[in-house]
Amino acid sequence: MTIEAYADTIVPGEKRSPDDRAIAGAASGGGAVASGAIELLETPGGGLAPALDALAISLNDHATEYAQERGLVLDDDVPPFVGLSFDDRTALVQLLTAPENPEKQMWVALALFSNMAFDSAAHVGTLDAIAAGHPGLLTIGYFRPDTDGVWRFPQFSYGRRLADSHPNTTTTGSPA
Amino acid sequence: MTATESTDVLVIGSGFGGAIAAYHLAAGGARVTVLERGPWLTAEEFDHDFLLGSSYTRIFDFVVGDGMSVLGGNCVGGGSVVYFATMPRAPRFVFERRGSIGRRMWPAGISRDTLEPWYDRVAEALPVRLTPWEQVPFAGGLFAAACAHAGRTANPAPSAIDLDLCTNCNWMMAGCRFDAKRSLLLNYLPAALAHGAEIRPKHEVQYLSRNDDGGYRVHYRIVDDVDYRVLHDEGAIDAKIVILAAGAGATPVILQRSEPRLGPMPHAVGRYFSGNGERLNTAVFDEDRVREVLGLTRDGGQAYAAYQIGRGPTVASWDQLDGSLPEYERFSLEQLYFPPGLGTILAQAPDATGPTWFGVEKKEMMRRWQSWLTIFTMSEDDNEGVFGPPPETGNSHRLSQQMLGNGPLRYKPTANTWRGWSLSDAAVKDTLERDGLARVMPWTNDLVGAYTVHPLASCRIGDDPATSALDDGHQLRNHPGIFVTDGSAVPGALTVNPAMTIAALAERAMPGIVRAAQERGVAVRYGAPSPDGETAGRRGVTRAA
Repeated sequence: MTIEAYADTIVPGEKRSPDDRAIAGAASGGGAVASGAIELLETPGGGLAPALDALAISLNDHATEYAQERGLVLDDDVPPFVGLSFDDRTALVQLLTAPENPEKQMWVALALFSNMAFDSAAHVGTLDAIAAGHPGLLTIGYFRPDTDGVWRFPQFSYGRRLADSHPNTTTTGSPA
Repeated sequence: MTATESTDVLVIGSGFGGAIAAYHLAAGGARVTVLERGPWLTAEEFDHDFLLGSSYTRIFDFVVGDGMSVLGGNCVGGGSVVYFATMPRAPRFVFERRGSIGRRMWPAGISRDTLEPWYDRVAEALPVRLTPWEQVPFAGGLFAAACAHAGRTANPAPSAIDLDLCTNCNWMMAGCRFDAKRSLLLNYLPAALAHGAEIRPKHEVQYLSRNDDGGYRVHYRIVDDVDYRVLHDEGAIDAKIVILAAGAGATPVILQRSEPRLGPMPHAVGRYFSGNGERLNTAVFDEDRVREVLGLTRDGGQAYAAYQIGRGPTVASWDQLDGSLPEYERFSLEQLYFPPGLGTILAQAPDATGPTWFGVEKKEMMRRWQSWLTIFTMSEDDNEGVFGPPPETGNSHRLSQQMLGNGPLRYKPTANTWRGWSLSDAAVKDTLERDGLARVMPWTNDLVGAYTVHPLASCRIGDDPATSALDDGHQLRNHPGIFVTDGSAVPGALTVNPAMTIAALAERAMPGIVRAAQERGVAVRYGAPSPDGETAGRRGVTRAA
């Protein structure tokens, strides 16, 4: 739930149900979680799976500290990071990924994978993802392939000169 | 350990530096063995698939350092398999650069004029061709039209792509399944094999040691087929000549790790690294303004919305490649497609009131992904990268089964480097935001540092032993019989895509390497034609010599 909330902070989406706490509901359409962020993070080949439990504990410690410093009262029903508002989750992620933060690297890695689930569905075959209506690929408007599963674009060019070439260009097309 | 084998010439890496060496030496009669860390894939194995474990992650590496991340090839054919095949020659002023050492960086024997016949050899071998405007994809056309609207010039770039075979699928980084991209898998490497060279994939060289006869022993580990974090058997091969071409992110690491056995390395091994001054800007175009201001429309009545269509960079702007400008103020701008999954997160939402690289406003930016245009800067950085102590194996501590690792490179951009980046950012903004065409913001360095796909100069050639690891014949100083022919030998940033120059330098180094092999008793001659038998390039370099 904590890692879901982090992924949702990176690419926010709409709640799965009215009582969904992990997903804050800050944006319409599916976000990182609906795109499979947890599945991708748990993929053994990705490299982050063994660290997820520790990351969740650490993230909640940071959330508790963040809340105490600001006098925020957290709901006991959910982990501390999940208990933060979307704006506070966002502010905390900014602090954790700031260049001067010594822990930056692991929080950036968590963000990279969360984003990757959304923009490329790296945990599942791309054709399967498209067939299943993967929210991330749909959101970015990724074009569909030909019927054989391969991308080709026979229409690809405006087909005309659109600028003058630099005067110092050689006959081989290189800078002089 | 298994019994030690032997060969005449051992080549480490099969990208431009390794493939060109393997071909010339094998064709000349030497026994040649190529050790390549990555897998050996052919066209039908190059997937259109973002799935972890498809060719999209099997054939390259993304190594995160301190202040600089490096994206490079990791397969037979090296960078040529994953690159975008843009092959300009470096502008004349590049060879006169002074850089961080305050005097000419390049060896006195190399200039644009002296390198030209070697460029011609590469152009013939791949081959390299100019792209006609009629074959420039929409993204390149949009960039060209925006340049013209801003009073700038723009050129279709020369490339090593067979345009009759290209489908504009834009999956080039996963390898070309149509063999349209003229990678080394289609020219130098098959020609080397035909002459008896042996290529062994999944062999990661760890270090070199010296033999009593003046030759070298090359020690390797076998890399697991799927999980590159797992290394299997070790082995060693003796050779009279060793050619290092593991790439600018790995060659100096292998030499550093060899230092206890080989003796001190030249000071410049693992120093003076250059990211080719690279930087990315992501623009989001207003489709209505593209139609109204630039007069562009495409099939279906759309104006652009075609970021995904094409083949990497096709159009470049060279208005700042002016040799009369001060050093560090010269750069090229190139239209580039950057696929999902690898760097989208670094694109920053222009005008965001909250975080720019993640969150609500970034998601809104991603909804307009097909209207993105990425502009790639190649400028003059300050050779400020330094490699720290090498990792236990390989050139990084691998995090994922493929692709992702942490490496020992440190890179703190100097004011000179920032000057080039800032001027290029301003030029991009001025060009693309004119008359409301787009909103643009540079990628952030704050997350994984600067980012290069063209690592250079970590083991560079030069005339000065204090600032160059190699002499102008690419031989490692104080270690005769070891040569370096990959991008690490290039002295500094080139302001354009470097593959053509890396390849031309490798071609230029070959006669000298053949002579060195002869002196070590190898029966080998120089003078092979182009891999497909053409001889025009050979005649050119004979005249030059």
